[in-house]
Amino acid sequence: MTDTISPKKGVPVWAQVLIWGGLLGLLALVAIGLVRAQRPMLIVGAQVPDFTLPLYEGYDYGGAEEIALSDLRGRVVVVNFWASWCKPCEGEAADLEAAWRLYQPGGEVVFLGVDYVDTEPDARSYLAKFDITYPNGPDMGTEISRIFNRNLGVPETYFIDRSGILRYIKIGPFVSPEEIQAVIEAILLEG
Amino acid sequence: MKFARLGLLAFLSLVFASLFLSAGPAPAVLAQQPTPADDEVNAIAQELFCPVCENVPLDVCPTEACRQWRELIRQMLAEGKSEEEIQQYFVENYGARVLSEPPREGINWLVYVVPPLAFLGGAYLLFRAFRTWQRLAREPEAEAGSGSAPAAPPEDEYAARFEAELKKRK
Amino acid sequence: MLPEFGFGILVLTFLLSLFAAVAAALGHFHTSERWLESGRRAMLLTFPLLTLAAGVLVYLLVSGRFEVQYVYSVTSRTMPLYLKATALWGGQSGSILFWSWLMAAFATAVSLRKWDRDREFLPWVVVVTSLTLAFFLTLLVFFENPFTRWWQTPGGDFVAKMFAPAGATLVTPRDGEGLNPLLRHPGMIIHPPMLYLGFVAFVIPYAFAIAALVTGRTDDRWIRITRRWTLLAWLFLSLGLVLGMRWAYDVLGWGGYWGWDPVEIAALLPWLTGTPFLHSVMIEEKRGMLKQWNMFLIILTYSLVIFGTFLTRSGVLSSVHAFARSAIGPMFFAFIAVTSVVSVALLLHRWKDLKAEMQMNSLLSREAFFLLNNLLFMGVLIVCLWGVLFPLISEIVTGQKVTVGPPFYERAVGPLLGVLIALMGIAPLAAWGRSTLRTLGRAAWKPSIPALLTPVLLFALGMRNWIALVGFTLIAFVLFITLYEFWRGVRARMKSQGEGLFTALARLVSRNRRRYGGYLIHIAMVVMAIGILGIEVFQTATQQSLAVGESLDLAGYTVRYDSLAQFEHTDGRYVTRAVLSIFRDGEFLQEVYPRYDLYPDGQTMTIPGVRTTLADDLYVVLVNWENLSVFQAPFKVYHNPLINWLWIGSLIFILGYAVAAWPQKEQE
Repeated sequence: MTDTISPKKGVPVWAQVLIWGGLLGLLALVAIGLVRAQRPMLIVGAQVPDFTLPLYEGYDYGGAEEIALSDLRGRVVVVNFWASWCKPCEGEAADLEAAWRLYQPGGEVVFLGVDYVDTEPDARSYLAKFDITYPNGPDMGTEISRIFNRNLGVPETYFIDRSGILRYIKIGPFVSPEEIQAVIEAILLEG
Repeated sequence: MKFARLGLLAFLSLVFASLFLSAGPAPAVLAQQPTPADDEVNAIAQELFCPVCENVPLDVCPTEACRQWRELIRQMLAEGKSEEEIQQYFVENYGARVLSEPPREGINWLVYVVPPLAFLGGAYLLFRAFRTWQRLAREPEAEAGSGSAPAAPPEDEYAARFEAELKKRK
Repeated sequence: MLPEFGFGILVLTFLLSLFAAVAAALGHFHTSERWLESGRRAMLLTFPLLTLAAGVLVYLLVSGRFEVQYVYSVTSRTMPLYLKATALWGGQSGSILFWSWLMAAFATAVSLRKWDRDREFLPWVVVVTSLTLAFFLTLLVFFENPFTRWWQTPGGDFVAKMFAPAGATLVTPRDGEGLNPLLRHPGMIIHPPMLYLGFVAFVIPYAFAIAALVTGRTDDRWIRITRRWTLLAWLFLSLGLVLGMRWAYDVLGWGGYWGWDPVEIAALLPWLTGTPFLHSVMIEEKRGMLKQWNMFLIILTYSLVIFGTFLTRSGVLSSVHAFARSAIGPMFFAFIAVTSVVSVALLLHRWKDLKAEMQMNSLLSREAFFLLNNLLFMGVLIVCLWGVLFPLISEIVTGQKVTVGPPFYERAVGPLLGVLIALMGIAPLAAWGRSTLRTLGRAAWKPSIPALLTPVLLFALGMRNWIALVGFTLIAFVLFITLYEFWRGVRARMKSQGEGLFTALARLVSRNRRRYGGYLIHIAMVVMAIGILGIEVFQTATQQSLAVGESLDLAGYTVRYDSLAQFEHTDGRYVTRAVLSIFRDGEFLQEVYPRYDLYPDGQTMTIPGVRTTLADDLYVVLVNWENLSVFQAPFKVYHNPLINWLWIGSLIFILGYAVAAWPQKEQE
């Protein structure tokens, strides 16, 4: 209710400040929201913030029950978001596993499966069904997917280089193990 | 959620396959404990929101993912978990957005505090305005002595006539 | 050829609308009739031009020209003709064209009126309307062109462009993607145009308000001129909202009509400022007060119209209704920022000139009650706006997404609506200027008696829910008071004029259309409130898996599952349809046929089977997301008491509106 001021006077300064402040605040809020909606939060070339992934039993990383990105500095990290309810994920599951088996002996590349909003029993039967062996764990409270993207769809895969810089984003499923290999080789070559 | 939608499509085709294949009634569930009924599951699911779709309550969400979550609720109920425990589990696993209201903590208090404060502020300003108006209305009357009543607007002329007529009839 | 033609017209209209704004402004500053007239005529031309452009798009849609991307994305060969034609507003760019066309129609209508008495408004009305139009045309010409076509580049890629990229050939897909099945419903076909009509019509009063601010003519002339526009906007907005509810109830299959989804709220926001505006302008007309407040309200309404459209289309809010994320967000933002800042600056600049001519005398006057109504509506507005914006704030500050859902809104809005209903009963009894408790009491005591008996009766009948008891008491209060007002008027006429009951009623209403039309609208509102209260408080539901021949019980009804059939519809969708029988006390009432349709693109639509009476709806959903077979199928059954009164109320609403706004001999 703004027209409460004595009708003989103009608008007092405090009210003007309040009105303009409110209006500009609202506009700023919407502008920030718009900027965030229009571009993903993490872009290629950016340093990936650290996160910790709790691991499912049997899908640990060298015996560790959880793994932090910072522990993997010096290795190329492939972060794959998936869910058991996601049909396209099934299409790439075998390819990811094949690529993992190719790189596992070298130890230069680590695959991390991040299970996006899923239930554990279904996730486990999915992992068993596709014979997946690389470290996998749930995205608790969607903390990790929030780092990478705002409106996450699955599958999405992020490639991080040895110094923790995001190098490549794949939205949607891979069609062959060679496709995954090509990206990793390029990152390995660059150093 | 394009990919999720593709998933839904595949899921539906599965449903169809099962529809034609299943020649007999669905086999009775051989559970050790009594399975919680759909209504018990829905009672909890309707207080939660689908973690992948936007603004869809979990009890009416048709995606495969939500079906799994309802099964999860059923399972947790069978294990004897309370509604609070189930909600807690969902928040830990899928984030605060599964709740139908922001949890009452930290900055989220703003969502509950700001509207009443704004409303009270508005009410106060309106009250002050009334006071000012009444004072202003009294002043000229006092000066003029008799207090010239404002000319009655047309609709009230009608209303006055109307009231007078009513009085006559009584 | 046709797409280029359509696009050419859009570009031409865009330039014309810019010219109209510039010419009208020049006309004002140079006091040049010729510039002004030139601007006005340019604006008049936009309507036939946009009619042509929209006609071209409709023709392309109807004739299945799938090389046009828009046609490809919203129609398919199997769609019936009426759906192809109405797909004009089924997608982003088409609906913006449709919106622009309505805007041009209204702008034309308003500039054809006689301007002799208020010539000074004309240039600024032209400037505001044609700039708004130019903004929407900018979106069409530069960002969301409905006439872009599919091309195949020499590299083999498919691209959507207006003109052929070098070496590319035109591609004509064999069939289109088709309209989202959820939108293939009569309610969804009229719902968007109604909302758009409401939105666009609010631009006219806003344009006059700005004209009044710029020219410094601060009497209530702008309100008198635009009264009918405001009413029209309000009617369409209200109908659009009700149709949206009906659509949700019929098609979405979750047993309700309103889910407090951000996009639903975005459409409600302008209604929440338009309604108090409608009331408070009466104070200005009668008493010359609240000029500043009315200006503020109409500016707010216009801003919320644009803001709501922006929220829906920019991807800022994620919602089931939202259009796909697109490039137009920043444009909308810039437009909102410019219009709101300029409007507020103008209002503050003229603040002193807008002082009241009369003062508020009494807390019991009608204007005092109207102000209270305004305050309550602002309360609801703040709750809704804050609820929509808060997830954004939370995400920016903490990075955490939160949902602000129905419990929040219901708790906050419920009590405010209750007080608003009470006001609806009292305020019309109060006189302008001054009322006393005695006059109020005299008008209210008789109808108050049956109103106060209502909760007693309901309690005796077994109703124990206090929210419902309070709600129904308030509803009864308004209903009886308003009906009693009719009766007082009719009786007076019958005695003084010696007329019969119906003649007296007809003459009473026709001589005081605004008053009695308004009463009818109040009745409509409380009748709708009956339905809302019924479903909100007393809805019950159960979900059970039934074998054929098995039944479930809910709210005194027995629902038996008889059979299930699956078949393919001619338009390609796959229908699964169940037959259930409804019994009450062992007596067969009727069959219902809940079904769900699977469309070729994988989308499903769940259509409930509903038995509907004045007392309640039994709403049966075939739960397609759980396991189902021919012999065993899960059903969710909702019992929705009194919901029909929501729809009946909306019909009374139209009647009341017709009475209030039916063209009369001009008496300005």
